[in-house]
Amino acid sequence: MGTGNFETTIGLEVHVEMQTNSKLMSPSPVHYGDEPNENTNVIDFGYPGVLPVANKGALEFGMRAALALHATVSPFIRWDRKNYFYPDNPKAYQTTQSQTPLGTNGYLDVQLEDGCVKRVRIKELHVEEDAGKNTHGTDGYSYVDLNRQGTPLIEIVSEADIASPEEAYAYLEQLRQTILFTGISEAKMQEGQMRADVNISLRPYGSDQYGTKVEMKNINSFNYVRNALYFEEKRQAEVLRAGGVIQQETRRYNEPTKSTILMRVKEGADDYRYFPEPDLAPVVIDQAWIDKVAAELPKSAAERQHDYVTNLGIEPYDAEVLTQTLAMANFYDATVVAGADAKRAANYLIGDVNAYMNKHQVELSETQLTPEHLAGMIRLIESGTISTKQAKQVFEAIMTGEEPEAFAKKHGLVQISDPAVLLEWITTVLDANPQSIEDFKGGKDRATGFLIGQLMKMSKGQANPGIMNKMLLEELAKR
Amino acid sequence: MTFNFFDNDLTTLHDKLAAKEMTAVELTQATLDNVAQVDPQLEAFIMTNPEAALAQAKAVDDKQDFTQTLAGVPLALKDNLATEGIQTTGASHILEGFKPVYNATVVDKLQAAGAISVGKTNMDEFAMGGSTETSYYKTTANAWDQTKVPGGSSGGSAAAVAAGLVPFTLGSDTGGSIRQPAAFNGIVGLKPTYGRVSRWGLFAMASSLDQIGPFTRTVKDNALVLNAISGFDAKDSTSSEREVPDFTAKLTGDVKGLKIAVPKEYFGEGIDPKVASTVKAAIAQLEALGATVDEVSLPHTKYGVAAYYIIMSSEASSNVQRYDGVRYGFRADDVKNLEELYIKTRSEGFGDEVKRRIMLGTFSLSAGAYDAFFKKAAKIRTLLIEDFNKVFADYDVIVGPTAPTVAYGLGEEVDDPTAMYLADVLTIPVNLAGLPGMSVNAGFVDGLPVGLQIIGRPFDEATVYQTGYAFEQTSRLFEQKPAIAKHTLS
Repeated sequence: MGTGNFETTIGLEVHVEMQTNSKLMSPSPVHYGDEPNENTNVIDFGYPGVLPVANKGALEFGMRAALALHATVSPFIRWDRKNYFYPDNPKAYQTTQSQTPLGTNGYLDVQLEDGCVKRVRIKELHVEEDAGKNTHGTDGYSYVDLNRQGTPLIEIVSEADIASPEEAYAYLEQLRQTILFTGISEAKMQEGQMRADVNISLRPYGSDQYGTKVEMKNINSFNYVRNALYFEEKRQAEVLRAGGVIQQETRRYNEPTKSTILMRVKEGADDYRYFPEPDLAPVVIDQAWIDKVAAELPKSAAERQHDYVTNLGIEPYDAEVLTQTLAMANFYDATVVAGADAKRAANYLIGDVNAYMNKHQVELSETQLTPEHLAGMIRLIESGTISTKQAKQVFEAIMTGEEPEAFAKKHGLVQISDPAVLLEWITTVLDANPQSIEDFKGGKDRATGFLIGQLMKMSKGQANPGIMNKMLLEELAKR
Repeated sequence: MTFNFFDNDLTTLHDKLAAKEMTAVELTQATLDNVAQVDPQLEAFIMTNPEAALAQAKAVDDKQDFTQTLAGVPLALKDNLATEGIQTTGASHILEGFKPVYNATVVDKLQAAGAISVGKTNMDEFAMGGSTETSYYKTTANAWDQTKVPGGSSGGSAAAVAAGLVPFTLGSDTGGSIRQPAAFNGIVGLKPTYGRVSRWGLFAMASSLDQIGPFTRTVKDNALVLNAISGFDAKDSTSSEREVPDFTAKLTGDVKGLKIAVPKEYFGEGIDPKVASTVKAAIAQLEALGATVDEVSLPHTKYGVAAYYIIMSSEASSNVQRYDGVRYGFRADDVKNLEELYIKTRSEGFGDEVKRRIMLGTFSLSAGAYDAFFKKAAKIRTLLIEDFNKVFADYDVIVGPTAPTVAYGLGEEVDDPTAMYLADVLTIPVNLAGLPGMSVNAGFVDGLPVGLQIIGRPFDEATVYQTGYAFEQTSRLFEQKPAIAKHTLS
């Protein structure tokens, strides 16, 4: 601990963009990476006389996050306006939930490096609008892009339960995985789909009052969060040890120097003049609605890992790999449902499929592979219809969308296990190679290798190697 | 030909158009000509839109479909209702030249019915005012006396109908902005129940109070227009999904057994005695027609103005923040940075009354004042609603004066905001409670009209109309013509 006699207290406010079809208050699409202002309409532009209509789907996504974090879903919510001027905020207010957050009193269990589990309490979750983006051109103009304006966000506010930069990092990792498994967001950091506001304060051990907190906003990398916190922990400790006072201020993390830079000193709280949004009716959330959303909530990574290990006999490490993304876990589940052997399906996904994705730099959803095709190929292997060697060819094919059975048939990739056919080939090969029989009898193991090679050639690789081996040895013994 | 609408109600116009006694193009042109001739004395219009109007009229003539009463009928719109491709300013400098790319839902509905908007009417800037004198563009005169105010904020819409320039107009009412100018001009103006008419495209002043409603010369005309503009709109989640009845259904002239409540607070201090006696005579007439009349109490009425000015200004301060010079409308020149852009644009773009309400509202919502102001006002609002609920448990309508006085002189009160705010005392509670309220002409004091206000249960506009119609058909005050209308008849 580099903090000497101080205890570190950290709280995180994490914003996650929810991938609904349309924006929180307008029918414009939610989509990243398009031409500036392409995904906008008169509502997003804050024209006079336009009115918001709340996206019910966004509320349901928010409810999913609340349920996944064991929070209580509020039976009654109303929208509030948070007023401030900025060009990326066209109405000059953000629609949020300040008085009646969608979820309260949740928690997240975080697995720490040392194997301990730390419970971080979630104070509240609320749904709100994202802002647009301002960019400052080199031509002296500032540009406003409102594509992101109105994208629904879920803000997850933790209690100040986090005691170190490493815990903060682990919390963020765990939170990201939890969110991923609700299916509401891919939480891509590089696209700004998950951002953290960080509060950190230090106090002498034993003090019952928190120290003055410093805030850092909108950090979109977990590493940056950790680095920023390490720097702040050290900086604040030095200030305090030197008898100084920590000011309530907002700082910015600067990656090149791995340090934080003062942005502004806060003199009291900002006054956003929150008040109930009069353009929107309050929303009543009854138990039936919560139950419906709970029923739609995908199983969490932890639940799936448990299922895989206890019901499917998967190794714990493999179960973890399979649940790194919701897409992979869903794919695995579907492959097993489609009739694949659970272990073989796991091996393929963790091995060949992952290797393919890395090699081609694609997401699972971007490949042509379907759970049905993967299961089909595995069934062909299990039934002995194709050999594992032939399976390599079939695998390449199913990655490009081919149907495994049809592909195997078309290319003659059929394993022959019929003893009558195998016996005929064995007899022919043995008759033609008396020397090898001699060698075998003389104890040369290589001889069988040669004979198998001849048999494979004869069967065009279609002979079932297991059965053929066994029969060959039997026939050799008879000679 | 010029056309004055004074002697033509909507049904008559419809019949003439359907019988091909005149074409929609002829009627529209005649309307525009009349406006061009008369409006310089009135200044009810910020602008007319002849091209768009005549094109629409031609489309109606081509189609020859007069199944809808309003097909081919001209109208004018308050300039806070968005009209696609046609300048809509809210009478503010900050939106000078602004042409929306969308129509207000009411504009779409009227167009679908074949009605033809000939122009945009003057109003107080962003509907903030009670005399139409806070308009950036012009001052409008009262149809009965051009030295008097037309009321406000929908003063242009009211004066235009009273002078017979158009058969109907739309206005908006946040604290009395339809009923008070209707009273001052001796015509019929109705603020529907909150949620009855979609607010999509209405430049918001106070979102929880604003409603759009019609100005007409007769009650039946008013009901016909409300039929055309009412109903749920998916684009306004505060609009009601309730079915829209035929608002003309109860226009029988019969009010026998109707239970009328008269709040004693509506005849209290500050009400001009002549106005009070005129309204009382009107109520006596309703009683003579068979209605029962009782005095009741709405005890929290006196707190209405204070609660209203806090809630309205709070919402308004937030609603007009979007006028920042960044995306549309007026932008100040010679600004060095973003903060200056905001400050200069808004300082130059807004008039005094708008600034006054921005300051009031910003203060009321600020962290230190919220509980003592905004929150308390919201509680008073609940008490006012309870007052009304109690009375409506036993009565069908509540009646009283619309405004404490008749129209005052131009320039008289514009510099005394407190006096102007108090003039809304009788109309404000209706907005705070979201009820339907209508003003019909109750008679004259010193040659100026007095309004009789009829307030109904939520979504019971039909009974409000029933009451107004019975009074109007016996008093026949709507036949009295202001000089400006007589003068322009052709």
